Amino acid sequence: MVQPLGYLKESPSQTAGPYVHIGCTPNFAGIHGIFEQDLGAGPLYDEKARGERIAVNGMVIDGGGNPLKDALVEIWQADADGLHNSPSETRGTADPHFRGWGRSPGDMETGEFLFETIKPGRVPFRDGRLMAPHITFWIVARGINLGLHTRMYFPEEVEANAADPVLLRIEHRNRVPTLIARKEGEGLYRFDIRLQGEGETVFFDI
Amino acid sequence: MKNERPETSPFFARDRDQHPPAYTPWYKTSVLRSPQRALISLEGTASEITGPVFGHSRLNEFDNDLILNYARPGQMPIGPRILVHGRVMDERGCGVDGALVEMWQANAGGRYRHKKETYLAPLDPDFGGVGRTITDADGYYWFKTIMPGPYPWPNGVNDWRPAHIHFSIFGHGFAQRLITQMYFEGDPLIPLCPIVRTIPDPAAISRLIAPLDMNATIPMDMRAYKFDIVLRGRRSTLFENRKEGN
Ligand SMILES: [Fe+2]
Repeated sequence: MVQPLGYLKESPSQTAGPYVHIGCTPNFAGIHGIFEQDLGAGPLYDEKARGERIAVNGMVIDGGGNPLKDALVEIWQADADGLHNSPSETRGTADPHFRGWGRSPGDMETGEFLFETIKPGRVPFRDGRLMAPHITFWIVARGINLGLHTRMYFPEEVEANAADPVLLRIEHRNRVPTLIARKEGEGLYRFDIRLQGEGETVFFDI
Repeated sequence: MKNERPETSPFFARDRDQHPPAYTPWYKTSVLRSPQRALISLEGTASEITGPVFGHSRLNEFDNDLILNYARPGQMPIGPRILVHGRVMDERGCGVDGALVEMWQANAGGRYRHKKETYLAPLDPDFGGVGRTITDADGYYWFKTIMPGPYPWPNGVNDWRPAHIHFSIFGHGFAQRLITQMYFEGDPLIPLCPIVRTIPDPAAISRLIAPLDMNATIPMDMRAYKFDIVLRGRRSTLFENRKEGN
C-alpha cells in the first residue's frame, strides 16, 4: 500500500442539451425579466478600445452538412497588444475597454453565430515564441458530450501562421486550413466549424 | 488550501476516462455531432489558462432564487421546494472562488420554457427555469428552486430523462470550462438514461448524483441537495516544466 495521492477527479461532462440557451442566453431564448442582459452578448469592446474592429461569423456544421441551430459558441482572446483581460495575465495590463470573452447562441433559423471583436495581438507560446494572432473557441450543443476547443487564425497572417507552434503540432498538414478563417470583406471573417467528416475542424485536447 | 489568483500555470491533463466519448450511438444526436479525428493534445498556453472575471456586482439579489426570480407578485411556482448547494473545487481540492455557475431546468411537470419544447405538460406561469450565481471566496454556491420533473424525449421510443438540473461552470481559465448535469439521489431513471450512460465509468456517474442533505434542509421550508463540482486542477508553479525544444 502507498499513501493516497488525494486528488479529486474532474466532474464528468454531460451534453448541454437542446435548451442550453435557456441557461446561458435566456433573453435570446425569450425569457425576459430575470437578467437584464445575456452574459457575453454584444461587442467585446467599447468605443475606447484599441485595435482593429472585426466581425467573425460562421456556423457549426454536423457530419450531414447541416448547420446546428441549438449550439452555443464562446470565444476568448487577447487584446490588440496580445494581453488577456484576466487576473492570470502576468505580462502586463490588458486594455480595460476590451473584455476578451464573448458568447453567441447562433441564429435560431440559420445557426449563424456572430462576434464583434477586435483583431488580437500575438501571445507567446510556453517557450516564448510568439503564436500567430488567434481566437480560442469553445463549442457545446445537444449531441456534443464534452465541449470542443478549437482556434481561429487569420488568413492574412501567412508568415506568422507558418511559424505558429500550435499549428506546427498538426501532423496532417492538410488539416491546418480548417483553423484559418476566410476573409470576406474589410474586417469581416468567416469561420465555419465542421464537427465531422470531410474538412473536419481540428479540435484540441488542451 | 485556497486557489489564490493569479495562477499562471497550465492545467492538469484532462483525464478523458472520466468523461463521455464523443461518439455514443445510443444517444442518437451524438452520431453526426462527434468528431472522428483524434484531438490534437497540447499543454495549455496563455490563451487557455487565462479567463475573464465575473464580478458579483453584475448579479441581482434573486438571480439564484428560481422560486422568486420569475414569479408574478405574490405567486410562487408549483412543486417541491429545494435548496441546491455545494462547492466548486479543482482537482487539488482547492475551492474555486469567483466561478460563474449558471443553471437551467424543467419545471415540476418536466416542461422547459422554450419555444421548441413540445411536451404536453404545462408551463408554470411563475417559473422561468434559469438562475446564476458566483461562488464565494471558498468556492461555495447555492440556489433555491423547485424540484424538476422527469420528461420523455425523442431518442428511443420510450426514453425518459431522470429529474436533473443543467449546470454551466466557468472557473479561472478557459480550459476549465465545463457543462454538466446534476441528478437526484434515489431516482430510478438514472441508470436507464442514454445520456447518463454516455459516461462509461459508474463511479464517475455517481459523482453527478446529489445526495439529500438533511443537515442543510431548512425545517418546515425546503429539503436540501448537496452538489459539489470539480474543475480541472492547475500544476504548481514551483515545478515549471522545461522549455520545449524544436
Ligand atoms: Fe434537460
